[in-house]
Amino acid sequence: MLSDWQPSCHIDALRLRAEVLHKIRGFFLARGVLEVETPLLGHSCGTDPHLGLFTTTYGYGAQADTLFLQTSPEFAMKRLLCAGSGSIYQICKAFRNGESGRFHNPEFTLLEWYRVGYNLGDLMTEVADLLEYLCASFLSLKTTKRLSYQDVFFSTTGLDPLTFSYEQYYAFALKQHQPEALSLCGDEHGLWLDFIFSHYVQPTLGQSEFYLVYGYPAIQSSLARINQDNPETVDRVEVFFRGVELGNGYYELQDAQEQSQRFDAEIQTRAVTGRQLVVKDDRLVSALEHGLPECAGIAIGLDRLLMILSHHTKIEDVLSFSIDRA
Amino acid sequence: MAIYSTNEFKSGLKVMLDNDPCAIIENEFVKPGKGQAFNRVKIRNLKTGRVIERTFKSGDSLESADVVDVEMQYLYNDGEYRHFMTPESFEQYQCDAKAVGDASKWLKDQDMCTVTLWNDAPLAVTPNNFVELTIVETDPGVRGDTSGGGGKPATLDTGAVVRVPLFVQQGEMIKVDTRTGEYISRVKE
Repeated sequence: MLSDWQPSCHIDALRLRAEVLHKIRGFFLARGVLEVETPLLGHSCGTDPHLGLFTTTYGYGAQADTLFLQTSPEFAMKRLLCAGSGSIYQICKAFRNGESGRFHNPEFTLLEWYRVGYNLGDLMTEVADLLEYLCASFLSLKTTKRLSYQDVFFSTTGLDPLTFSYEQYYAFALKQHQPEALSLCGDEHGLWLDFIFSHYVQPTLGQSEFYLVYGYPAIQSSLARINQDNPETVDRVEVFFRGVELGNGYYELQDAQEQSQRFDAEIQTRAVTGRQLVVKDDRLVSALEHGLPECAGIAIGLDRLLMILSHHTKIEDVLSFSIDRA
Repeated sequence: MAIYSTNEFKSGLKVMLDNDPCAIIENEFVKPGKGQAFNRVKIRNLKTGRVIERTFKSGDSLESADVVDVEMQYLYNDGEYRHFMTPESFEQYQCDAKAVGDASKWLKDQDMCTVTLWNDAPLAVTPNNFVELTIVETDPGVRGDTSGGGGKPATLDTGAVVRVPLFVQQGEMIKVDTRTGEYISRVKE
């Protein structure tokens, strides 16, 4: 008899999950945001240069087709927005190959929502409302704090994230006894930011309150809009609590042509770095051509939020069956 | 030689790093929201025993190290080398003082221990967690004397010195935890 037939988590964690799901649905119902479902399986996928994908085969023999398991419901939800759905939210599974660790399971649960007519500031207010509402009975939180990426980066490292100075970045890594940073990051500004932020900045964020970090460097734009006042930054926000990243949101890019170019650039990067081939979502590009309403949206990792609420330190403590038992 | 990618790194895995055999202690997956994922790995260099932290890009890989732990019997010390034998195949290995290290003070002839082999050459010797050794020298304890923290030093037949309770006498056999060097109990023969 196998000993790992049992759940990874305690039954109490399942009850907490059910309670939190119920509260989230109540929160959005009261605000008139529509719950939707979109496919987990699709013909195209995200092009993020750093994401590993799961693929599967649809059909048999010569007619067989490759389908992707979604890395996030973003594209399908944006197509709904373009089709006139109004504000929507979804609670669903997302899949990222190779991501496994204390805070990662390759299959995980996302809460993703889009607010028509919101900008990044409006969205941050709603994120704070939701988090404070969900945490009220579990944690004694002061408030939610908003900080710019440039400010938190500078205050913890003394470095300017918007201006790449190879000498200064390398000197910082040496001071932290990480000489291998040189071979890891080379002369790529984006890699250096990923390395320094994830190793030295992120662990310090949000010790007693949620941090909303906004104004990401433009080279980490993803699907966000360029900021109107400071074109070196984009209107992107990330949520942190006790050093853990909980969510990522944007004031959404509407420009179909720019989106298409970003996809192509990312596909190019994936080819250069030897990543799995991806299929560009031309339907999303067409939807954007039709027109995406002014909106802001964010995805929150629900499993991590549950970890925080229940003071667990490993993601498997809040999952019925983590990947090793699935 | 096998190649391990960062997502296969787990505690106990033996890999080559900077031309030295190493054992992975801890592997933490670190990923910024969007962007390059890293693995922060704690590694013990099996030659020096030193523990270091190293960051890899997720997906990077290391060569496996041909390192195995083998149960062996300690035979004798010829002055320069200590000799060990595998009980099944009677194959013998000689270890220099560097490989034996601190284990030397717990090794008694005929005792079993673990010898770590790298490319079939001894790299380290680990005694069993508990060994039974005889006290060859200790002061006769004065009954009722609880000064000195309630113990006294005792020299064992392997040369190790451990603190024992006052009632334990010269010539007695005792059980010792080799990880802490602490006295556990007397052994009734």
